[in-house]
Amino acid sequence: MSEDVHLSQISMDFGSFRAVNNVEVTIKPGEFFSFLGPSGCGKTTILRLISGFMDPTEGAIKIGGKDMRGIRPNARPTALIFQNLALFPLMPIWENITFGLEVRGVPKAIRRAKAEELLQLVDLHDSADKRVSQLSGGQKQRVAIARALAVEPKVMLLDEPLSALDLKLRQHMRAELRAIQKRTGVTFIYITHDQGEALAMSDRVGVMSQGVLQQVATPQEIYNNPTNGFVASFVGENNVFTGRVKSVSDGIAVFDTPKGNFSAKLGQNVSVGDTSKLYVRPEFCTLHREADAKANSIAVEVSEIAFEGNFVNVFVKDHSGDTHMVQVQNDPAVPPPALQTSCQMVFNPASCMILAEANTGHSGH
Amino acid sequence: MQELIRRYGISLSVIMAAMTAFWLLALVVIPNLVLFKFSFRLYLPVDQLGGPNDVYTLKNYITFFDSPIHINVFFATIMYSSIVTIICLIVTYPIAYMLAKVLKPTDTATFFLVLLIPLWVSEILRSFAWFIILSAQGPLNAFLVGIGLIEKPIRWITGFQAVVVGLVYAYILFMLLPIYNAIQALDTNQIEASQDLGASTWRTHWRVVIPHSKPGIASGCVMVFMLCAGSVVVPSTLASTNSRWFTEIIQQWMFEGLDWNVGSAYAFLLLVLCIVFVSLVMRVLNVRLVDIAK
Ligand SMILES: Nc1ncnc2c1ncn2[C@@H]1O[C@H](COP(=O)(O)OP(=O)(O)OP(=O)(O)O)[C@@H](O)[C@H]1O
Ligand SMILES: [Mg+2]
Repeated sequence: MSEDVHLSQISMDFGSFRAVNNVEVTIKPGEFFSFLGPSGCGKTTILRLISGFMDPTEGAIKIGGKDMRGIRPNARPTALIFQNLALFPLMPIWENITFGLEVRGVPKAIRRAKAEELLQLVDLHDSADKRVSQLSGGQKQRVAIARALAVEPKVMLLDEPLSALDLKLRQHMRAELRAIQKRTGVTFIYITHDQGEALAMSDRVGVMSQGVLQQVATPQEIYNNPTNGFVASFVGENNVFTGRVKSVSDGIAVFDTPKGNFSAKLGQNVSVGDTSKLYVRPEFCTLHREADAKANSIAVEVSEIAFEGNFVNVFVKDHSGDTHMVQVQNDPAVPPPALQTSCQMVFNPASCMILAEANTGHSGH
Repeated sequence: MQELIRRYGISLSVIMAAMTAFWLLALVVIPNLVLFKFSFRLYLPVDQLGGPNDVYTLKNYITFFDSPIHINVFFATIMYSSIVTIICLIVTYPIAYMLAKVLKPTDTATFFLVLLIPLWVSEILRSFAWFIILSAQGPLNAFLVGIGLIEKPIRWITGFQAVVVGLVYAYILFMLLPIYNAIQALDTNQIEASQDLGASTWRTHWRVVIPHSKPGIASGCVMVFMLCAGSVVVPSTLASTNSRWFTEIIQQWMFEGLDWNVGSAYAFLLLVLCIVFVSLVMRVLNVRLVDIAK
């Protein structure tokens, strides 16, 4: 039903430009795996390499243990859902869906039945004879999924399939995609630049920057234990302090910054004496009247309050004028401090990390 | 019209409208109407003009249907124009696809320049060039004999083969450009989606690229067919005694027989019958006129 996909140290050059740099990852059978990264980081290039529209400059792609080099897209066990869907506007919906079966010589009656079955699966009854132009964005989306499922791929590749949809529909389709994946058990490789989407849907996420895979882990791990500054700042919000690592004991470092000494966990590739950055999530910061001797504290003044509904973002300024963000749960019984209140922003050493910059690929893995 | 005035102002709009009207009226409608009237009158000596014999009649048209030779020439013209159209289509489609989807945009520009340069030379010279190339002592025969492929020179300019070659060469770009435009407008992702779903190259063209470019193919075919059927220069340069083109007969009536009346009747017959033929073919291939106008 599904296969694993092994990207074995693949690189892709366009002229002198390296769009994908030494990416190594194994995607397990039946897994929902997301590549997450900013625009232009090489996500689409990776999908096109897996589906066979080009071969990597270096390295190998193996699907179910079989090297795919030289095998054309029409002979690979993958199905790609394009960023713009690429439905065939001149065919009715049911022919769109069963195009992959048509090219395999399946008789028309069987194809028609299969189309009805798949339309059922993606919750689109009575649309078999409609034209593509008669469908809404979300319906087209589902037709594209059905068309890809029809060829019973071992691996489904999805290139930001939800980016064209509005927020409500996007959230609905997230759940739907996830459900379809669970039902069919097909390996899904999903591409997105939307961190919320990646975290909510995936079994594992690979975060990319400039062609380099920065971290591969579960959504929780990515969010709570990012391996470097790029991952930390691309996924979620942070308060950032620049400084120098003074000393380390038991994995907790003393970090010397112009705003005082902080204790924090020491990340990979950072050692004593290095100039680096400390990252702390806004929801791990609290505001208190007094400094806390056991935790990191910094004197601040409340400068702005943004009420977001279920939580409140409190923006505070320290003495040198830098702004930090503290996120507190909305609780009418405990309102956030008023504007201009002087207080201490406190955060725990265990919930902040000193991290190196992004991996640029030069040092290798 | 209001849009035009808003954009260019009154005076410029009036000038543009007047020029368009002049073009349509003076250069298209009026000459055709005059010929149309001619075609129903008889060719009479001057002293009988306005006399009892000067009446409206279908006699000029009947002349054509009474003349098996002319009917034969007409069908030969239709047939060989169709053959030229089909050859142009077969040769052009892969080139158009390559230009639109395979080559890099910078290479496409160079390629187009190379293809368009011959168009700067007049049609007469280009036909004559083929006359020289295909003549018994010409370069083609010299080359074929030179490489030992044939023993002695072949007579190329006999029957319709030289005309077909000349017409293909003269009008092939009128096929290339609309097909190129149509294929270029096709989203490359659709081609890739087809491949990704397992389609072979043939199947992708048959099910995705050709249906999409059908309007371009149709307008290219109509254009080439009409240009061929109405061509004078190429057949009169490259035809021989056993291959006459219908336009040559019209020319004979008008300039050798000086009978403009039968000549214009023949010209209208050619026009009407070609339109009927093209509409029939379009009906069979399920193409609509609005598709072509796109
Ligand atoms: N065929 C190509 N020729 C040259 N450069 C290319 C080609 N395809 C992609 N690139 C370059 O490779 C880089 C990565 O492109 P890619 O399309 O993979 O980005 P992406 O992560 O999918 O971005 P987005 O989120 O905007 O879709 C870009 O800088 C792009 O300009
Ligand atoms: Mg992309």
